[in-house]
Amino acid sequence: MSQNNKTPHNKNQATFILDGKTIPFTEGQTIIQAAMASGEYIPHLCFNPEFKPHGSCKICTVTANGRQAASCTQQTQADMVVESNTKPINDERRALLQMLFVEGNHFCPSCEKSGDCQLQATAYELNMMSPHFDHFSPDRPLDSSHAEYLLDYNRCILCSLCARASSDVDGKNVFSLAGRGIKTHLIVNAKSGKLADTDFTGDDKAAHVCPVGVIIKKRVGFAVPIGKRSFDEHPISATPHPKVRDV
Amino acid sequence: MLSQDNTHSDYLDSILSRHQHNTHNLLQMLREAQEHYGYIHSEAIDYLAQQLQSPRSMIEGVASFYSLLYLQPQGDYRVLFSDNITDRMLGNIDLMESMCGQLWVEVGKVSEDGLVSINTTSCTGMCDQGPAVLINNIAINHLTQDRINSLCELIRERVPLSGWPLEFFAIEDNIYKKDILLDSNFKSGSALAEVLKRSSEETLQEIKTSKLRGRGGAGYLTGSKWEFCRIAVSEQHYVVCNADEGEPGTFKDRVLLNTYADMVFEGMTICAHVINAKKGFIYLRGEYRYLLDHLNAILQRRRQQGLLGNNIFGHANFNFDIEIHLGAGAYICGEESALIESLEGKRGTPRNRPPFPVTSGYLNQPTVVNNVETFCAASLIGLHGGAWYADVGIETSSGTKILSVSGDCARPGLYEYPFGVTVAQVLADCGAKNTQAVQISGPSGICIAANEFERRIAFDDLPTAGAFMVFDESRDMFEVARNFVHFFKHESCGFCTPCRVGTSLLSNMMNKLANGHGSPYDFTEIEKLNVLLLSTSHCGLGHSACNPVLDTIAKFRPAYDKRLTHKEYIPAFDLDYALSQARQMTGRDDTGAHLERIHVSK
Repeated sequence: MSQNNKTPHNKNQATFILDGKTIPFTEGQTIIQAAMASGEYIPHLCFNPEFKPHGSCKICTVTANGRQAASCTQQTQADMVVESNTKPINDERRALLQMLFVEGNHFCPSCEKSGDCQLQATAYELNMMSPHFDHFSPDRPLDSSHAEYLLDYNRCILCSLCARASSDVDGKNVFSLAGRGIKTHLIVNAKSGKLADTDFTGDDKAAHVCPVGVIIKKRVGFAVPIGKRSFDEHPISATPHPKVRDV
Repeated sequence: MLSQDNTHSDYLDSILSRHQHNTHNLLQMLREAQEHYGYIHSEAIDYLAQQLQSPRSMIEGVASFYSLLYLQPQGDYRVLFSDNITDRMLGNIDLMESMCGQLWVEVGKVSEDGLVSINTTSCTGMCDQGPAVLINNIAINHLTQDRINSLCELIRERVPLSGWPLEFFAIEDNIYKKDILLDSNFKSGSALAEVLKRSSEETLQEIKTSKLRGRGGAGYLTGSKWEFCRIAVSEQHYVVCNADEGEPGTFKDRVLLNTYADMVFEGMTICAHVINAKKGFIYLRGEYRYLLDHLNAILQRRRQQGLLGNNIFGHANFNFDIEIHLGAGAYICGEESALIESLEGKRGTPRNRPPFPVTSGYLNQPTVVNNVETFCAASLIGLHGGAWYADVGIETSSGTKILSVSGDCARPGLYEYPFGVTVAQVLADCGAKNTQAVQISGPSGICIAANEFERRIAFDDLPTAGAFMVFDESRDMFEVARNFVHFFKHESCGFCTPCRVGTSLLSNMMNKLANGHGSPYDFTEIEKLNVLLLSTSHCGLGHSACNPVLDTIAKFRPAYDKRLTHKEYIPAFDLDYALSQARQMTGRDDTGAHLERIHVSK
């Protein structure tokens, strides 16, 4: 998580208003980038401050000067009035989260990522009490072919962070999105479709960016007990991107 | 079975070299590669990946995005029934079931002998001559039971398409009303001759004077678009003609490209002159593959006439040429930024905007994207001047609009009117009787009821990309909306959560109502979902996916009310229906194989 910016901004610094607070920004920053630099939380899933914004999950939707926009891709403008933490917007975010929950197969109680999962933590943050919609219950097989890592596609929310990390940081293109519409799915760069047949390793950035529990290191799943995990200790609004534990 | 890499190099090498091993042509290469086996072989992807030095997953990601590309073997005869509401009204489903029965194949599957696969596809742009089908990407229209029987016979006998009766492939223009565009008797080169008497600055001024607005639906001022692109400083500028005519109920671009192609190409060349572009593209929807050879022949003729290529019309430094790119079944590519992504050989996902294509389009260079009809109008303006054009139509909307009229009327086809014509006038001209509703501009447009028929086709009243679907009093407007909702679900690109999941949820809810499980609760849910799609979707597809439902709820409420058969909420899950698969497998349908319905109506 970025530094806590407590120093008062100087008079010439451009600012905008987020939920009544004055937030400084620099040229080119999007709303969420400026907000996070000031320690303000806007719920998000496909955004990660280390990567170029993607704008697909729409959880970070805000109103900017009265118009709805994804705050991760919307450029900040001076004196812009942004509303984020309001009931109507949080209601919409909750509905989008519910969509993500019913689209895949998310069994939190048995998931190794429980407590470290951004989808789960954001759902807690936004008081999501039920999935609301009918489950799609898609058939998404596991890939346990790799010696060190497991891919559980059931939990994929199609944020493409692994694909971006693999191509932009690792220079490998291990992951890509395939298909279209509700059939969009994650694939790996192998004819067999198996992770073991790619050049993926645990040292890849892509191994450590999944906000949910798709890319899972084997044999360490419950080394940190549930109850002592990142979002058990602090809500996601306090530490949206806790340091990845090296276990 | 194929297993040797060189099996694929045989046909892929020539495709690769024709496309300069350039990944921006990936979609074109995949489409051509598919013509070899009828699907894209897994080892062909390996070979392409190796030759293009691109990840295999990227190529697979692109290929799997487009519904007319296949990664699994299909039947030797790939039959796709156009499934627009107008095809449904003409009985396409019964015809499809008849064909499936005769050829022993299930919808969506390949027959066991590999002979045939049958499925539905989004509107193929033949609504004036439906029901329509694509067989191995070739259009066959005016389907009747007799014609279906003949097709089944030809397929069973494995007669190659080249040996089928020619009349099966006839495609009509069906022009019923001509105005300045369709009646122009345009001579190739005539507009360019006028334009090149003026400076490019003056031509831009003529376009601005004409007050021409884009004909693809959004209605942006063409002069402003060209000017923004012209002043954008960059190495290259591009002209793109959007011929991805995917909006169900629209087919005017097909006719323009078939019979008025010179006007289209000349309009693009005029644009190139204004914005200083060297290269232009036509993005032609895959369903119009049959137009490709015809269009290439016209391009070649224009090169020979000195109307394309270097030193056009003898003007030094006026160099411009046009290339045709084919789509492969993706409505979303009609959205200009998705179109550009597709043109670059990628998945057709709409970009984050700004920047807009006029400053950062194809290969991030300034790009004008205009509709086929817009370029035709530009040719007319080049020939006759902006003031002449602005005199036609009405104050807010200059010029004419070509309407693609289909549905319940005596004479479906093209009708060109000066802007400002009333819906009632169009209905009278096309011979529509007892009309209940008209869907203007396709599923993403607006549905109007009889009390609105005095409204006008104009940018400030009823803007339209051209579709004009007529529904008489016998039609069930709920089923119309349900068909459109299914269309949006099928065509959602899947990029953003609200559209990817929301269009599926909406489709399921409409099915629930159709299956007799509806209650007022579901009705509220549909309305809530529509609001969410409208406010949070990434692009126009998600925004407009709710239009058909919102319009029909507002105007044809009884069609919904009669489906809200339960006072209290009941689940969509139907235990008896869930057993239907078991019944099919065991061949039983007696009372003992059915559960008593748990939820009795009312």
